[in-house]
Amino acid sequence: MTESRAEHLTEPVTLSREEILRYSRHLIMPEVGMEGQLRLKRARVLCVGSGGLGAPLALYLAAAGVGRLGLVDFDRVDFTNLQRQVLYGTSDVGRPKLEAAQQRLADLNPEIEIVPYETRLTSENALDILEPWDIVVDGTDNFPTRYLVNDACVLLGKPNVYGSIFRFEGQVSVFGMPEGPCYRCLYPEPPPPGLVPSCAEGGVLGVLPGIIGSLQAMEVLKLILGIGQPLVGRLLLFDALAMRFRELRLRRNPDCPVCGERPTIRQLIDYEEFCGIRGEEAPARVTDVPEIAPRELYQRLQSGEDIFILDVREPHEYQICNLGGYLIPLGELPRRVHELDSARTIVAHCRSGKRSAEAVDFLRRVGFTRVWNLRGGILAWADEVDPTVPKY
Amino acid sequence: MAVRILIPTPLRPYAGRNEAVELEAATVGEALARLVEQFGELRRHLYADSGRLRSFVNVYVNDEDIRYLKQEQTPLRDGDVISIVPSIAGGRGACHDRIACRASD
Repeated sequence: MTESRAEHLTEPVTLSREEILRYSRHLIMPEVGMEGQLRLKRARVLCVGSGGLGAPLALYLAAAGVGRLGLVDFDRVDFTNLQRQVLYGTSDVGRPKLEAAQQRLADLNPEIEIVPYETRLTSENALDILEPWDIVVDGTDNFPTRYLVNDACVLLGKPNVYGSIFRFEGQVSVFGMPEGPCYRCLYPEPPPPGLVPSCAEGGVLGVLPGIIGSLQAMEVLKLILGIGQPLVGRLLLFDALAMRFRELRLRRNPDCPVCGERPTIRQLIDYEEFCGIRGEEAPARVTDVPEIAPRELYQRLQSGEDIFILDVREPHEYQICNLGGYLIPLGELPRRVHELDSARTIVAHCRSGKRSAEAVDFLRRVGFTRVWNLRGGILAWADEVDPTVPKY
Repeated sequence: MAVRILIPTPLRPYAGRNEAVELEAATVGEALARLVEQFGELRRHLYADSGRLRSFVNVYVNDEDIRYLKQEQTPLRDGDVISIVPSIAGGRGACHDRIACRASD
């Protein structure tokens, strides 16, 4: 820890009568007590991301009395957030997240200071944004930002409280501690984009980020208070369906490119490229397939033209809404292609038009000539043709 | 040796939706080879084209990373539990419209 960073950790602070009452359930525990609560008040914690993980994190850290809480996010609240992002309410939909978060957290605990960074964390701004903070909490949702947060924390010598979720599973660890491993020791490289789970396999049970974010908040408090055994050198795995926690040993990798003995990464790099999102490894996105606009499809159907609607989403998506199309999930298309009649005009659709573009590309490659992609998918259909179709 | 391989959620669609697979193997490499023999779709998720285990998929025997044991030559004992732990990035839980989002083929 550098001199400038450590100063605020010893500066004299006191608790007001109101604060003593507010934190009484902390103060009466010997593991926290007055000294611990003052440590919390002096602490500066930065949450990167204020979504599913960031919401419970920010709420609990604010409630616990972490004196200065930074939030990095650039999104607005939307309806699909409310299922798990308990920091926001229905009346916040459409507002910038940080504006809504600041208001909610100030109401929860007016004794603390909230520092918003309404921006995307990038290689250009990350070191400046992270520098003034004691602890960084990674509540992001994508690989480039996770590697960026990791590398910036290692370069600055900051603890990085990591949490990640997928459907029913979560991972938690504490990286960036002296002698401890970093995220790259665990995973030197991210998966190429083509191997990340598909849209149809996405989604999350809303409570899961609440559990994982709360575990991250607990680790932050322990680090500040200096109590217990932090999750350093250990990866905690949580399986909500089995309701089971497991723990794996993590070691510092001596060959780690950022925290190893001979580091090759000494400054922040281009993380989009590193994660293959702009790089050559990224599978070419299918964009140049013949398309049909929702209005045009509607008019042609209205005029009685024989058009076969092929829905390439998953069965559970079909249950949410459908256009009465014939359902073949994209993944099953190659072995079920015989169910389609190449003599008929086919319009394929999915939710947003991406999966169906792949379907059209595939069908054209195997000899179908009269097949089109519904531009913008069922979302565009809801916008442009039938507003009664629910969007998801 | 009778061992149990725990399949993580993201890979279950490629492993017959199983949470765990029990099989006989003397080494980690053999166990994984049997696993992808049984579930062919899993192969490209675990192995690169070069035949090496992918670097974003970690394999543990009990609680120890095989990179710090004898890699795929790590010997197994009866009752060992092999965990496959891929990196996951989620924090918001939806991959809609993510650049990296792509249906599996």
